[in-house]
Amino acid sequence: MNREKVIFAFFIVLALTLNFGFFLGEIENLAHHNVFEFFAAIVVSMICTVLKFGDRTHIGALMLATSLVADLQLVVAAMIWGYGAQISADGVTAEMISSVVSLSGGALLANIVSVILLMVETIVVRR
Amino acid sequence: MSDIFYLLLRRLRQPLITLIVIYSVSTVGFVIIPGQDDQGNVWHMDFFHAVYFVSFMGSTIGFGEIPYAFTAAQRVWTLISIYGTVISWLYSIGSLLALFQEPVFGRMLRRRSFVNEVSNFNEPFYLVCGYGITGSAIIKKLSERGIRSVVIDISQERIDRLEMDDLLTRVPGLCADASLPEALDDAGLQHGSCVGVLALTNNDNVNLSISIASKLLAPQRIVVSRTESEVNARNLASFGTEHIVDPFRAYAEYLSLAAHSPYMHLVYDWLINPYHRPLSSAYKKTSGRWIICGLGRFGKALYHEFAKHDVELVLLDDDARQLKNYKNTVVGLGTEAATLEVAGVREAVGIIAGTNNDADNLSIILTAQELNPKLVTVVRQNLNTNTLVYKNSNADFIMESGRIIANRILAKLKTPLLPVFIEQMQRQDDVWAHTLLNRMSSIASDSELDSWSITVNEEATPAIMAIMGDGDQVKLSALMKDPRHRKDQLNCFPLMLRRNGDLKLLPGELTLLEEGDEILFCGLADASDQMSWSINNYNILFYLQTGEEPSHNLLAKLLKRI
Repeated sequence: MNREKVIFAFFIVLALTLNFGFFLGEIENLAHHNVFEFFAAIVVSMICTVLKFGDRTHIGALMLATSLVADLQLVVAAMIWGYGAQISADGVTAEMISSVVSLSGGALLANIVSVILLMVETIVVRR
Repeated sequence: MSDIFYLLLRRLRQPLITLIVIYSVSTVGFVIIPGQDDQGNVWHMDFFHAVYFVSFMGSTIGFGEIPYAFTAAQRVWTLISIYGTVISWLYSIGSLLALFQEPVFGRMLRRRSFVNEVSNFNEPFYLVCGYGITGSAIIKKLSERGIRSVVIDISQERIDRLEMDDLLTRVPGLCADASLPEALDDAGLQHGSCVGVLALTNNDNVNLSISIASKLLAPQRIVVSRTESEVNARNLASFGTEHIVDPFRAYAEYLSLAAHSPYMHLVYDWLINPYHRPLSSAYKKTSGRWIICGLGRFGKALYHEFAKHDVELVLLDDDARQLKNYKNTVVGLGTEAATLEVAGVREAVGIIAGTNNDADNLSIILTAQELNPKLVTVVRQNLNTNTLVYKNSNADFIMESGRIIANRILAKLKTPLLPVFIEQMQRQDDVWAHTLLNRMSSIASDSELDSWSITVNEEATPAIMAIMGDGDQVKLSALMKDPRHRKDQLNCFPLMLRRNGDLKLLPGELTLLEEGDEILFCGLADASDQMSWSINNYNILFYLQTGEEPSHNLLAKLLKRI
């Protein structure tokens, strides 16, 4: 067992699960989407990105790309939410929360791809 | 490029993760810890404010408690967070700085800038492997002629010296093992403008692999390789290496020329060596018995060259086994008078101290000079550091292999016609050489004699082609006139003319030029500059031919017709 691999896989799967947990629920209902979970999803996703730095293999490049996609989507979602909560006069509207959730859905997809790549790598490299 | 990028990312992994974790923990803390607004109500900071506060707190710019003054619990958390964020920043920046200071990183950066510089070259350049005595001499000469070059050497010290040597053009240098194709490639082996590869390291195997790599990647390119063994020389020749220079053989040839035809030797010396010896040195008697001390690689090369010309030889070596198959041998080092007496030093005309020990060599020369002051002395110098001692040794010839190779290679790079001429010249007798020498001496006297060649064609000599296109003939003598004043002669004369593969030594000055002629000139470098005017500029050549300034615009032509 490789400690580094455990940490690596842990964070990648954690990013997926947190993202999934946030995504789950009615798209327009803010009560179904916890802001702490969203924050955790962003942080873990960023840690995942950094963990994937410096891998020169092809699969490593793909994983980094998926992570960057997830980061991008989540950060944009956070920006929309922040706009709604702080700047917009109407507060967080149903449209805003639905676009935040749908963006996190996109990040979820990227995270799924990331986990698939992780599985592929694990299966191909039997050690 | 990618190497550096990946190294950077890999090294920054840990600090970045630390940064993210500490920032997120601090942010969450501020969101969870209850605060109090200005009316005294319990208030929870939201994520936006928490991130905002932590961001400016981490960098401690314009610190203030927002949006309401903090409660005690919030201040405690702020205290903890300040230390956490500042430490994580210091850690990240510190590891980044440490990375920049690392020698590996520096090497990668230097290599990258070197690769960039070389790949941006758009003029012809030579790739020189090895910046020793030979390499530095060649690069110096090349840069004086405005030819660019690139250097690879295995020792950083020599690359540093390259930076310090005052060269006229900038020569990029890389510290790398030249036997690795990757390093060669970085230095421009596959670059379209690379015209030649010079393998001049002191390791035969490295030179071999450089030549092979070059010949595989660009078969048409000139490859010059130095080698010290017969086997390697044959190997290099087998795959078409253009010039193979063996310092021992080259010097043996050079010396044997001095022994059997001193004038020819002097001509050769003037054409090849930048610092030539005075004409008077040829009068020293050089035919007779020669003593060779030390029968190593150099001694053997000498023996073969001298034997070709039936020179009487006595061979000395302290190892009796080396002398087994040779005649006229004396066992001994030659450092003692007794051994030299046995070898007949009093009747000999020359002695060659060719062992691989500098102290022995000098001792041989000094002892021999005492016994026979008229002796021609040749001494081999092995270490560059001994230059000072050798300079004061009063020896007639100092054999320093690096310079010999450098001169040979330069002569070949300068113009391919020069080696051809030298080969042809050696078939002539010494009287012929004497005449030639007098002519050279009248032109160059004490200055450095240069040589150059021109090819009559549209590209190199547009003026000649234009005049011939007008139906006029151009004589060789026209090129040798001073473009500023046609009554004066330039300090140069033609050595050889090659026309359709036929060689003509010392062509007459009335020879009419034809397209495709190649002419080798020798003379002062200044004359070469002047000549390039007359071969390139139609007006000047017209003036030289006719003595008139040509009328080159339409109006003048019309006026002239009236």
